[in-house]
Amino acid sequence: MRKISLDRINDLFAAIAAEFRLYLPVDTNGGARYEEWAEGKILSDELNTVRSAKDFFFPQTENLMDFKTEGKKIEIVDTRSETEDFVIFGVKACDVRSFDVLDRVFLAEPQDSFYKNRREHSLILSMACAKPHETCFCTTFGIDPSAPMGDIVCYKTEDALYMDAKTEKGAALLKKIESITVEDNGEAAEKQKKVIRERLEKLPLHNLTADRFGGDKTAEFFKAPEWKELSASCLGCGTCTFVCPTCQCYDIKDFNTGHGIKRFRCWDSCMYSEFTKMSAGQPRLTQLERFRQRFMHKLVYFPANNDGMFACVGCGRCLSKCPIQMNIVKVMKTLGKGEEKNV
Amino acid sequence: MFELNDPLIPVIGEVTDIRIDTPDIKTFRVVTPDGKKAFAHRPGQCAMLSMPGVGEAMFSITSSPTNTEYMEFSIKKCGCVTEWLHSMEVGQQITIRGPYGKPFPVDDEFVGKNLLFIAGGVGLAPLRSVINYCRHYRDRYGKIDIVYGSRSKDDLLDYNEIISEWANDAGVNVHLTIDREQEGWDGHVGFVPNYVKELGFDTDKIAVLCGPPIMIKFTLNGLYELGFDKTQIYTTLELRMKCGIGKCGRCNVGSKYVCKDGPVFRFDQLDELPDEY
Ligand SMILES: Cc1cc2nc3c(=O)[nH]c(=O)nc-3n(C[C@H](O)[C@H](O)[C@H](O)COP(=O)(O)OP(=O)(O)OC[C@H]3O[C@@H](n4cnc5c(N)ncnc54)[C@H](O)[C@@H]3O)c2cc1C
Ligand code: SF4
Ligand code: SF4
Ligand code: FES
Repeated sequence: MRKISLDRINDLFAAIAAEFRLYLPVDTNGGARYEEWAEGKILSDELNTVRSAKDFFFPQTENLMDFKTEGKKIEIVDTRSETEDFVIFGVKACDVRSFDVLDRVFLAEPQDSFYKNRREHSLILSMACAKPHETCFCTTFGIDPSAPMGDIVCYKTEDALYMDAKTEKGAALLKKIESITVEDNGEAAEKQKKVIRERLEKLPLHNLTADRFGGDKTAEFFKAPEWKELSASCLGCGTCTFVCPTCQCYDIKDFNTGHGIKRFRCWDSCMYSEFTKMSAGQPRLTQLERFRQRFMHKLVYFPANNDGMFACVGCGRCLSKCPIQMNIVKVMKTLGKGEEKNV
Repeated sequence: MFELNDPLIPVIGEVTDIRIDTPDIKTFRVVTPDGKKAFAHRPGQCAMLSMPGVGEAMFSITSSPTNTEYMEFSIKKCGCVTEWLHSMEVGQQITIRGPYGKPFPVDDEFVGKNLLFIAGGVGLAPLRSVINYCRHYRDRYGKIDIVYGSRSKDDLLDYNEIISEWANDAGVNVHLTIDREQEGWDGHVGFVPNYVKELGFDTDKIAVLCGPPIMIKFTLNGLYELGFDKTQIYTTLELRMKCGIGKCGRCNVGSKYVCKDGPVFRFDQLDELPDEY
């Protein structure tokens, strides 16, 4: 484990930025968000960013390809280019896990080359959550906020930052910044882990379990009467899907710039009525059906196809951002009520 | 730089022939600019066609895989992309990617069986590929019955091919029907589901259904009345699609993605899915 005192953290960022594009959470009027580091940018103290880190690999909009047309002829212009290596600093345990969820989709055959390119060129410097919030429930999905995954795991205390490499890529980076860091015996990090675990015990959602959900539960939950009450006020605004680190539905649209045609991929939401609308009909006519799709997908359909992995990482973003205070925790607690003892 | 082909990046296709089938359906023949078939496929699979700037849409490859020279698509005009495709002239280039989806089990479950194909309207498009495949490998299959219906005689797809080729094959029985009486039509009049019941098929066969949802629903009930079991009946589903590869989420029904796990399903498999298609 390597250590750098916090009053020299700027040197650390400068050293990383000398080699890579470096992104880290900084405070803005709209809360914390990832920005590229430059001299003067200060690491945010917020627990997590408003938008998730999925944007790095699956941006809200991206150009897939261009077309040139002339008379009856079409030319496809491959606009892809190899991404430069980049570092994301300060990713929390939940968001690191969300990359595994997204990998299951975009790296399944046939692989998405746009996603894969960015994924392969990234280095994840994760950060243990010193003070998890009351909206956090990552532990429900087996995620340990005191020991996130990533290429390097960081622990930030009152006065220092501790870094532990978990992969070869991570070790190589630590080697590069060896001259500005010192060796550490890991005691401070262990102490923080313990504090975090004790704090977790006291969080309101700590005992929430996902045991009742899983790939074989379609029949049990699809027709549950509770969907009606749960979805009754949903505005279909899609906020929950946009802030969610694991929501990955997309649309493909063409745009004529006047100088050529660009094909874009952009985020879409199963909460929108347009999502499934066809000439032959609309399989999800009501907001109840669309609302149900989002949660059934996370808690039942996704695990069915992915060895039981849930498509929720308990980041709590939908808990704080939904305008009507509806969210996946309420869904989990309400569905098949009666049986849940711990909550 | 990028050796990897991306599944969303199409290739160029060129339209070499356009057949006007019905007032709102045209069949387009597509090859690559150097005159080859864009890719190999299996019966029941689909492809994404697009006109850049207008959009992409999914269509069944209606020609048989045994045709190694070109692909054909029978397309019904009903929105932006399909309207644009209908306005094309021979020589127009489009983009094409695929093939998508699981095919009909023509080389396993269908082998040695009597086959009953039931189609309504443009629903014949996916079945034509299977029918011509089975006709090509005629001795692998038993008796073939084809029930096909449309609003009127003018709305029957592939009419000439049906009359001059299919109907003349040994061991192939074609049963055509139109919804209402029409001058110059001396064939059967009535809806497909009723016609199927009137014809009263034995249950010693596999049935394949494709058409508008309402036709599927009533025909299915008719087949059950005749004693067919769910495990003997296949269909293809149509949901809105964008990627074709199980990633954009649009065609997700339960734990299945229609673009990749379908569009061909057996009715007992559909029973396991939530009723959202
Ligand atoms: C697996 C599969 C196989 C298929 N095979 C075939 C085939 O072989 N032949 C064939 O003809 N078709 C086939 N289809 C259907 C074909 O994909 C659709 O007809 C096509 O996508 C329509 O595209 P479009 O752009 O022309 O229509 P769109 O412009 O997308 O509109 C289609 C219809 O949707 C409705 N609509 C869309 N947007 C709106 C809106 N904003 N407000 C109100 N209504 C709206 C309209 O009623 C319109 O008529 C298949 C589909 C699938 C999934
Ligand atoms: S659950 Fe909330 S955030 Fe999600 S679509 Fe409904 S109203 Fe919007
Ligand atoms: S569903 Fe809510 S809590 Fe779960 S990962 Fe998405 S935004 Fe976070
Ligand atoms: S069309 Fe994208 S998941 Fe099926």
